[in-house]
Amino acid sequence: MYETKYHKAASVQDAVAALSGASEGAVLAGGQTLLPTMKQHLASPSDLVDVRGIAGMQGVTVGDGTITIGAATRHADVAGNADVKAHIPGLAALAGGIGDPAVRSMGTIGGSVANNDPAADYPAAVLGLGATVVTDRREIAADDFFEGMFSTALDDGEIITAIRFPVPTRAAYAKFPNPASRYAMVGVFVAETGGNVRVAVTGAGEDGVFRHDGMESALASDFSVASAAGATTSQEGVLNDMHASAAYRAHLVNVMAERAVSKAG
Amino acid sequence: MTDGIGARVARKEDKRFITGKGKYTDDIRMENQAYAAFVRSPHASAKVTGIDASAAEAMEGVIAVHTGPELKADGIGDIITGWAITSKDGNPMQCGVWNPMVTEFARYVGDAVAIVVAESQDLARRAAEKVSVSYDELPATVFADHALETDAHQVHENVPGNLIFNWEIGDEEKTDAAMSGAHHVTQIDITNNRLSPNAMEPRSAVAVYDEAEDHYTLYTTSQNPHVARLVLSAFYQVAPEHKLRVIAPDVGGGFGSKIYIYPEEIACLWASMKTGRSVKWTSDRSEAFMTDAHGRDHVTTAKMGFDADGKIVGFHVDTIANIGAYVSLFATATPTYLYGTLWSGTYDIPAIYGTVRAVHTNTVPVDAYRGAGRPEATYMIERMMETAAREMGMDPAELRRRNFVKEFPYQTQVLLQYDSGDYDALLDMAQDAANVSGFAARKAEAAGRGKLRGIGYSTFVEACGLAPSAAAGSLGAGVGLWESAEVRVNPVGTVEVLTGCHSHGQGHETTFAQLVADRFGLPIDSVSIVHGDTDKVQFGMGTYGSRSGPVGMSAVMKALDKVEIKAKQIAAHVLEASEVDIVIEGGEAKVAGTDKTMGWHEVGLAAYTAHNLPEGMEPGLKETSFFDPVNFSFPSGALICEVEVDPDTGVTEIVQFTAADDFGTIINPMIVEGQVHGGITQGIGQALHEGVVYDDSGQLLTGSYMDYQMPRAADVPSYTVSHGCTPSPNNPLGLKGCGEAGAIGAPPAVINAIIDAIGTDNLQMPATPQAVWTALQSAKMPMAAE
Amino acid sequence: MNNVKMTVNGKAVSRDVPDTTLLSEFLREDLRLTGTHVGCDTSQCGACVVHVDGRAVKSCTTLAASLDGADVTTIEGIANGGDLHPMQAAFNTHHGLQCGFCTPGMIMSGIDMVNRFQADGKDLTEEAIREELEGNICRCTGYHNIVKAIEDAAGTMADMAKAAE
Repeated sequence: MYETKYHKAASVQDAVAALSGASEGAVLAGGQTLLPTMKQHLASPSDLVDVRGIAGMQGVTVGDGTITIGAATRHADVAGNADVKAHIPGLAALAGGIGDPAVRSMGTIGGSVANNDPAADYPAAVLGLGATVVTDRREIAADDFFEGMFSTALDDGEIITAIRFPVPTRAAYAKFPNPASRYAMVGVFVAETGGNVRVAVTGAGEDGVFRHDGMESALASDFSVASAAGATTSQEGVLNDMHASAAYRAHLVNVMAERAVSKAG
Repeated sequence: MTDGIGARVARKEDKRFITGKGKYTDDIRMENQAYAAFVRSPHASAKVTGIDASAAEAMEGVIAVHTGPELKADGIGDIITGWAITSKDGNPMQCGVWNPMVTEFARYVGDAVAIVVAESQDLARRAAEKVSVSYDELPATVFADHALETDAHQVHENVPGNLIFNWEIGDEEKTDAAMSGAHHVTQIDITNNRLSPNAMEPRSAVAVYDEAEDHYTLYTTSQNPHVARLVLSAFYQVAPEHKLRVIAPDVGGGFGSKIYIYPEEIACLWASMKTGRSVKWTSDRSEAFMTDAHGRDHVTTAKMGFDADGKIVGFHVDTIANIGAYVSLFATATPTYLYGTLWSGTYDIPAIYGTVRAVHTNTVPVDAYRGAGRPEATYMIERMMETAAREMGMDPAELRRRNFVKEFPYQTQVLLQYDSGDYDALLDMAQDAANVSGFAARKAEAAGRGKLRGIGYSTFVEACGLAPSAAAGSLGAGVGLWESAEVRVNPVGTVEVLTGCHSHGQGHETTFAQLVADRFGLPIDSVSIVHGDTDKVQFGMGTYGSRSGPVGMSAVMKALDKVEIKAKQIAAHVLEASEVDIVIEGGEAKVAGTDKTMGWHEVGLAAYTAHNLPEGMEPGLKETSFFDPVNFSFPSGALICEVEVDPDTGVTEIVQFTAADDFGTIINPMIVEGQVHGGITQGIGQALHEGVVYDDSGQLLTGSYMDYQMPRAADVPSYTVSHGCTPSPNNPLGLKGCGEAGAIGAPPAVINAIIDAIGTDNLQMPATPQAVWTALQSAKMPMAAE
Repeated sequence: MNNVKMTVNGKAVSRDVPDTTLLSEFLREDLRLTGTHVGCDTSQCGACVVHVDGRAVKSCTTLAASLDGADVTTIEGIANGGDLHPMQAAFNTHHGLQCGFCTPGMIMSGIDMVNRFQADGKDLTEEAIREELEGNICRCTGYHNIVKAIEDAAGTMADMAKAAE
């Protein structure tokens, strides 16, 4: 690992100050992706700002038709949270299926969303539910947040403090894991909220998570497994690598959509 | 005797491992410890035109940077191969030269170019990145089936057309005649996928040079420390044997990958001398994928001829084996004498002929990996049987039974003489355990859930405990293949057994002690097993090829025989009886038919006090044996796999896996079952998950667990394992060896089951979800009009 | 450099560590607790699993500097004097290890899953054990006996928890 300076932030202000003073700062939110990347000399931030000690960034709050999750809340705590399970069980199940138990004890929702790994699970939930990304300085709608592989609307030094999810009528996530890494090779999150259907796909897109318009209209007219199966998934812009061809991935998008619809009930 | 042969004894060595007190190489830290990292070629094929280490050398804490030419100038020898193969035209094989570090050409991604020694591991790695190497990139040859094409880049100047050898076995004329007269001929074109061994402990070396004594000590992750010392001394000229001690402490798995003496160990020893520091190198997993010898990688066309009754009349094989950039220690024996000699499988085949062309490519050297040649042979034969059965409309089990070898010893057409076996009985046992008669109902039930259920068979015979030394030598082996043992009875009656075998998961500290417990009626806690240190054990060949039982334990038995004879002489003398009347059991020497006894510890004490020994007897109670078997041993088995394929995703679930094996005598059933479970899982890994992938330019695409799928707990079921027993007549215990069986037998059972499920055999390993889904799609396509 | 104070296996420790030191390095090199192993670079093999504040984590993917004040338990800290932890004993009884390299991580993950399932009142079935072992790779045993060991230890741990009530 290249040299870096570790900061433990006590408050959001503290964290923002530390980042703004760094030549190339990075938020340490759980480290489950960042630290392996640093170990392999693929990333070399000058400063690491640890936000896990910030009291206001932890935990789950139930609002009026919303669930707000602090950015430093760990996957295991989202998966096990009674409110998340009661209001958005599909989200709790998604969190419970990220990585493995040890990764879920350290990784956080904010870290996952900020990193926007094209094979991560959370971006599918954030986009699929039409959540709002709350930062130290503004709120960003999910549709405006994800800008491509490992790229988001966050400015330099901007910190996600929470994610606010609308409570859907029904929602579920189905994932086909990459056989080796177990990240999503294809993950589909379907949600119906106030008569509105959204479908977000992770793992399959060359530009990261995306909404599947055709699937959304198919499910909007008939929220059923059959209509998920019948929607057309284009191979354009779909990842093609040694693990899965674009054709196979595109096919899996439909299969995972069917399974997500079936789970959503 | 609760601790004796056949007892299900919990392992003695476990305590240190379950409490975190194991001592692996990377756990060792010497005084004055420095750390090494290697500068490695990022190109599969390139000429090194310059190395500028100044930036690295200038870093604080960097001790030295040394390169290949310096190592060569110091007289360190080239890396050797241990088995000379003769081509069918009578010419000796042609191998490229392997310098431990690159002197001019880098020939695979990861080829070591320089060693950096620094005060910490992290610093050494960062400094290695600062070594600036200039490369002229060259074209690369990557794939076995391309290496022999005229447009393929020649990997070594002295190996024309990349052909190392073109070896043949069997009778060509007889086979051609048999095939031309066959009622039915089945042909298959298959690949045997390239694998990375992935012992969980990465390789590591700690080299310690003692200038005052001009002596070296190497702690290393080795399956065979004595062979390492021999090769490091005799061929690499690191130090003469009496000035080099090699210690293989606790080793975290091997599977073949830790047999070989790699460039890193050589370079660390040399760097220790150059720097006057202890030098430690520990591989990370990425380095392991890039440098640990890979396994398998064959491309094969095979044809089998049958008569109208389904009896095999002839078998013809043509294989290209990818050996990689350099010829590793057992790389030439693996695709020849451990492969072609097994082409008869479990069957009586009257005519066999085949060739193996071994080729250089710009990839990591390929060598023996769990099973070594025998999985490749078994996969080919057993897929052939299944395909042939389908083509001829026969039940695959019945086709096998019709062709099984039934009388032993059986002389095959490919050198080997099988010692004993009962293949029908094993297949019966497996079919009963797998409830084959209920399969149709299970298939129907699965169909109701939208799943395609299939059943697949594999029967195998393998050859373990490669032997005898003289025969191996006549076929080109550079080493003997015997094993040594020394049994020391201490004055208090406790026993130490020194063995040249090495335990890196096999449980020798328990099973070898069971032999002593059985012989003298002692508790295994009073027996210690000593291994893995060239200063303690005189010599030995190590552990690989399932040899520790049939060869290593046999040496222990021979030494025990000698100890028993002397102990009886002492007891007879002390008890004033005849030697023939002495029996040793329950920890006592007794005069049969009397109440005269002396404790085992009293026999030991008498031997060492020497106050009252038979006239002319030397004091002490310690005996040595070197056991050289007269033949291999031949374990066999029948495996049945049931899978369910999800047609929507191509995912294969193994729902039932049954193995019935014949390992001859079993010392500890619990440990043997553990070996079978692990072997089957590696076989399932090969069949479903694992495959090293290079791109066309020789870049390794599967360089970490992000891209190389290891079987995980949820990928495999619990197994049903049972045993038959036809003891081997070739060693005193009747042992056959069990370490590799699962990895040998499992892959074809899995693939045959998938083929049965999806109804097409257009499928190669690994049968990933994508591969199975693709095969299903192609099967749905209408056949192209001819 | 950061001064880090932790409780490791019940003992208070205090060390100055570089900012880049991983918990696995801290345990192995600074404290010489070499039972925690490192088998990969990508947080997948699980040989390095330890408990931090009662949860299983991958020590190779955790900075020591971030754990000031933490309570860490490693494989060396789970036996009670001479008495093995039931999970350790079960691995021995069921031959749940061969080379032993993945074993510390397997045992620490095994204890963690039993604790979580028992806290949630859930049944730790064979299927659940296999799923829970997602982040622990073994190359020797084929998992068969590891699963049996964890199943057995779960029973013993439940009995012990009942007896303690």
